[in-house]
Amino acid sequence: MTPEKAAKKNPVRARKLLRRELVEAILARRGDALVVTGLGTTCYDVFSVGDNPLNFYNWAGMGGAAMVALGLALAQPKRRVLCITGDGEMLMGLGSLATIACEKPKNLSIVVMDNEHYVETGMQGTHTGRGVDLAAMAKGAGFAIATNVTNEVAFRRALSLIHGNAGPVFVNVKVSPAQPPMTLPMRDGPYIRSRFRDALLGPEIAHPTMVPSAT
Amino acid sequence: MAEAITGWPDDVYTELDAAGIRQVSYVPDAGHSRLIQRCRSNRAMRTVSLTTEEEGVAMGLGAWLGGVRHVLLLQSSGVGNTINMLAAPIEMRVPLLMLVTMRGEWAEFNPWQLPMGQGTRAALESVGTLVYAVDRADEIAETVAAAARIAFNTGRVVAVLIGQRAIGAKTWNK
Repeated sequence: MTPEKAAKKNPVRARKLLRRELVEAILARRGDALVVTGLGTTCYDVFSVGDNPLNFYNWAGMGGAAMVALGLALAQPKRRVLCITGDGEMLMGLGSLATIACEKPKNLSIVVMDNEHYVETGMQGTHTGRGVDLAAMAKGAGFAIATNVTNEVAFRRALSLIHGNAGPVFVNVKVSPAQPPMTLPMRDGPYIRSRFRDALLGPEIAHPTMVPSAT
Repeated sequence: MAEAITGWPDDVYTELDAAGIRQVSYVPDAGHSRLIQRCRSNRAMRTVSLTTEEEGVAMGLGAWLGGVRHVLLLQSSGVGNTINMLAAPIEMRVPLLMLVTMRGEWAEFNPWQLPMGQGTRAALESVGTLVYAVDRADEIAETVAAAARIAFNTGRVVAVLIGQRAIGAKTWNK
């Protein structure tokens, strides 16, 4: 069913949340949090409304965003790590929900912008539009905090979980598949890597200099 | 397992520790059993069991962004699962060390292991991974040390393939 037909059938669902505004609201409160994006639209959203050296813009490896975030969260236990990804990307890495639930990183929040579509590839429907509940899967994997958000009030409540001290947090937000104007972030991998590591670790660690030994 | 495994897992553990590895992810394999055990008993190493091997590639990338060195332990059959995910660390010049215990080659008994076992090196090299194969038990630890050095000093994804000749081939039917 097209989004338009779905809107006619169920007017409540027609008032869907707008992904771009939600990403902006999340990033406005990020503080010194580290951000890992999914592929495609969530990557462009994060860049379009909140570019920051501490953003990792993901251009490859669909299904890996949550695990990049886990590696980062365990490496930096004092920093909040936010993974902002899409339903298609999350569906490709469902096993990582089990892995993350077992590791229980308190500083990790996964936010799925669930538009029930693969927007990049021509708006094909994803499984989440056919009844698959990602938050229920996260809960089943063992996430203590896993919730579905379908309206503004619930989203405001979820913001405090996303930026809180408990975790891991899984928030699945039902959003409109509408595609706002976007700007693509830089694509040079070593640059994205070094910009991130310079900002987080400092240039001395990110790019150590060396005095050769006398021998 | 045959009885070929001797002290090399302990020596590999020593080299990983010396190389500053602080995250260890793995999909279990009999050949890695002792090494996993050693890493798990080191409280400075965070060991993470994965549901599938590509999770470890993504995790290793995140670890490096966060300033931590990561090793992924897997069996050759799992190498096929990692290929697409390897695009990210390879394109970003993010170092990643992979220790692969081989199946589907020297004295293999299970024909179903052959396709991936025979294709392991080609699959890894096809996307730009540096590959070092080792078939002698006494050369495993030094190969791992060299692989760690080149990975973390030059920002490359490096795989060490540990052959069944060194590990001891699985022998359910002699």
